[in-house]
Amino acid sequence: MTPNPYLFIVIFVAVALAFPLLPLGLAWLWRRFFQPPKPGVQKNAIYECGVESIGEAQIQFRSQYYLYAIIFLIFDVEAIFLVPFAVAFTGLPVGAFIAILVFLLLLIEGLVWAWGKGCLNWAR
Amino acid sequence: MSEGQIDEALRSELQRQGVWVTSMQELYNWGRKNSIWPLQFGLACCAIEMIATAASRYDIARFGGEIFRPSPRQADLMIVAGTVTKKMAPQIVRLYNQMPDPKYVISMGACAISGGPFKQGYNVLKGIDRYIPVDVYIPGCPPRPEALLHAFMELQRKIDSQKLTGAGKAEHLDAKQPSEFPVPAFGEHDLQPPANPDVYHPPVLERQS
Ligand code: SF4
Repeated sequence: MTPNPYLFIVIFVAVALAFPLLPLGLAWLWRRFFQPPKPGVQKNAIYECGVESIGEAQIQFRSQYYLYAIIFLIFDVEAIFLVPFAVAFTGLPVGAFIAILVFLLLLIEGLVWAWGKGCLNWAR
Repeated sequence: MSEGQIDEALRSELQRQGVWVTSMQELYNWGRKNSIWPLQFGLACCAIEMIATAASRYDIARFGGEIFRPSPRQADLMIVAGTVTKKMAPQIVRLYNQMPDPKYVISMGACAISGGPFKQGYNVLKGIDRYIPVDVYIPGCPPRPEALLHAFMELQRKIDSQKLTGAGKAEHLDAKQPSEFPVPAFGEHDLQPPANPDVYHPPVLERQS
């Protein structure tokens, strides 16, 4: 009689469960019978490099880099899309052509915005 | 080593026949003493010797102590290797507090013991044992890697002799012993308090008349 092929998966899952649970259980027993837990304010502190953490973690960052992100999208990411577009240009259906135009239009809007903000001027 | 449960002669006789008898305490201490993970930080020139100890020539891995942990949460041993400035002392105490029990401290070099060559300086702590309990002191400026290995072996000996139960059991098993110690703060002129009286027991000079 050959064993059910799924039996091995059952064994595998059982071992995979026992492997982490056994040490955790042993640790729990150890804590229960021998080692009393000693939590503390500093022991449970979030930051662990010896320096006290200051203030809240949930703060808002100033988004002063969004202009760089826009410029990056326009001049780097867009170029990557434009090269295959240009190569396959003659064989493109109308739908794909319109799709890429919409994509370009969105980025051109960003370019206009960045231009208006004075991003493209040389810093003096 | 186990008290009275099995006598040594019978034990060695059994061992010769290929039967190992051990106790929970021995097994526990054997495991602990051979996997001491130090906290990875160095403060001054002594740290260079500590690094040499961890490297291949002196090879602290032979004693199971090569896994230097970058986080106090995973460390068992703090090697205070170097000059503890007063600016650094609160951080060190805080790091010690964040280490899980059981935890041990080796005070490496003259600086960590007493301030060393900078003892007269305004900015150097005169011994880390003012704030945290130290298990092994290594004299020297700097101590050689062999000295650090010796301290490591001393610590292993200490761990091996710690008891699981009873009156003299190890501190980390005793619910009454603290695991955190107060962190000093900067006062007007010095760290406040200048020492923790629960921890710091300076040697008393007894003059014979
Ligand atoms: S004891 Fe000597 S070698 Fe060690 S940190 Fe102090 S000055 Fe440097």
